Amino acid sequence: MSTRSYRRIVADGFWHNNPGLVQLLGLCPLLAISGTVVNALGLGLATTLTLVASNLSVSAIRNWVRPEIRIPVYVLIIASVVTAIELAMNAYFHELYLILGIFIPLIVTNCAIIGRAEAFASKNPMPRALVDALAMGLGFTAVLVALGGLREALGQGTLFAQAHLMFGDMARGLTLTLVEDYRGFLLAVLPPGAFIGLGLLLALKNAVDEHLERRAARRRAAMTEQPQT
Amino acid sequence: MIRNVLISAFLLAVFGLTGAALVATVHQGTQARIQANREADTLERLHAILPKGAYDNAIVQDTVHLSHPLLGGGERTVYRARRDGQPVAAVFSVMAHGGYAGDIRLLVGVMADGRIAGVRVVEHHETPGLGDGIEAAKSDWILGFDGRALGDPPREDWAVRRDGGIFDQFTGATITPRAVVEAVRDTLIYFGDHRDQVFAQNRQNPGEAP
Repeated sequence: MSTRSYRRIVADGFWHNNPGLVQLLGLCPLLAISGTVVNALGLGLATTLTLVASNLSVSAIRNWVRPEIRIPVYVLIIASVVTAIELAMNAYFHELYLILGIFIPLIVTNCAIIGRAEAFASKNPMPRALVDALAMGLGFTAVLVALGGLREALGQGTLFAQAHLMFGDMARGLTLTLVEDYRGFLLAVLPPGAFIGLGLLLALKNAVDEHLERRAARRRAAMTEQPQT
Repeated sequence: MIRNVLISAFLLAVFGLTGAALVATVHQGTQARIQANREADTLERLHAILPKGAYDNAIVQDTVHLSHPLLGGGERTVYRARRDGQPVAAVFSVMAHGGYAGDIRLLVGVMADGRIAGVRVVEHHETPGLGDGIEAAKSDWILGFDGRALGDPPREDWAVRRDGGIFDQFTGATITPRAVVEAVRDTLIYFGDHRDQVFAQNRQNPGEAP
């Protein structure tokens, strides 16, 4: 486990062991907050920040904490970090905070975070834990944003609506209106749209995996054949 | 054995204290800004209803807390706008209970003469695409209240069209507009009956924020 290369850790976070697409952890915020790209990005980054802080602290103390109290300690660390992030967002990204609402405190219950603490950070030195946190967090953010983009484009015909909530007034021009006078596609905005969208993303990932697998198999076959011809 | 338990307990206590210290520090550092954000929010909402120049008092501080079934029960905040000490308008934060999905929180601005200055939805959980037309950002339906009063239209016409009134409902959503229309009407009725109480100067209430 500890011999895993950094490259491997990153690839795991973004693809092979992606929290959203493979581990299917943190589905509650994933499905609830993926209505628009900006909301998705906001929650994704907050989650990443939590992961980084919790992975680093868990890794730093991994040799002191006794196994019997490790879970309560992880919970304490994660809860403090999330509360601090919640306060900071309330102060500096107030509008976004109002939109994300209950889902910021609920990051505490995102099992991807305690999952990484237990499965990776508690067994690896800090640099690795940091890379793992970034890879997992950004992998989760990528899935959130992909789902948010899909739902926003289908549901409202826009992308990056309300970007100023996150990037300040400069970003008002970022909003792309894909279709003028779009009537809206309600299903994509409502919760069923989130489930269907996630289903489509999962299917897409599996299709890509299968394609890669087949190509690799073909290449292997070609390699074993080559010496004979 | 006992020693191990004690060490574990000590470690847990240390982590608990560290966590509490972290949260306390961040809280200290952000508290003032969060409070300012909240007030700015309120002020911005009030400005959507009342133009800045219409009054000259500190409207966010000049509040009174009233409780009445017509306002949706519970303790409701009323912001009073005055100019040269004379009442200009009162903005009621009321609760409409008849929503399709939970309560709808509204700001209802009433001019001193009983006309509506404006109505805005603060919080709701209505179906996106159907009931959310009550948001000013989604449709201008809510602006239809501007300038109305209890006699204009007559009291029995303060209802959505389906109920024989003059206010439009949305396609596929009657319940949400009905709840809003009724809440606005009830606020006007309350205002008509309690106008003096609404604008009464605060008897320096010690519990009130300065």
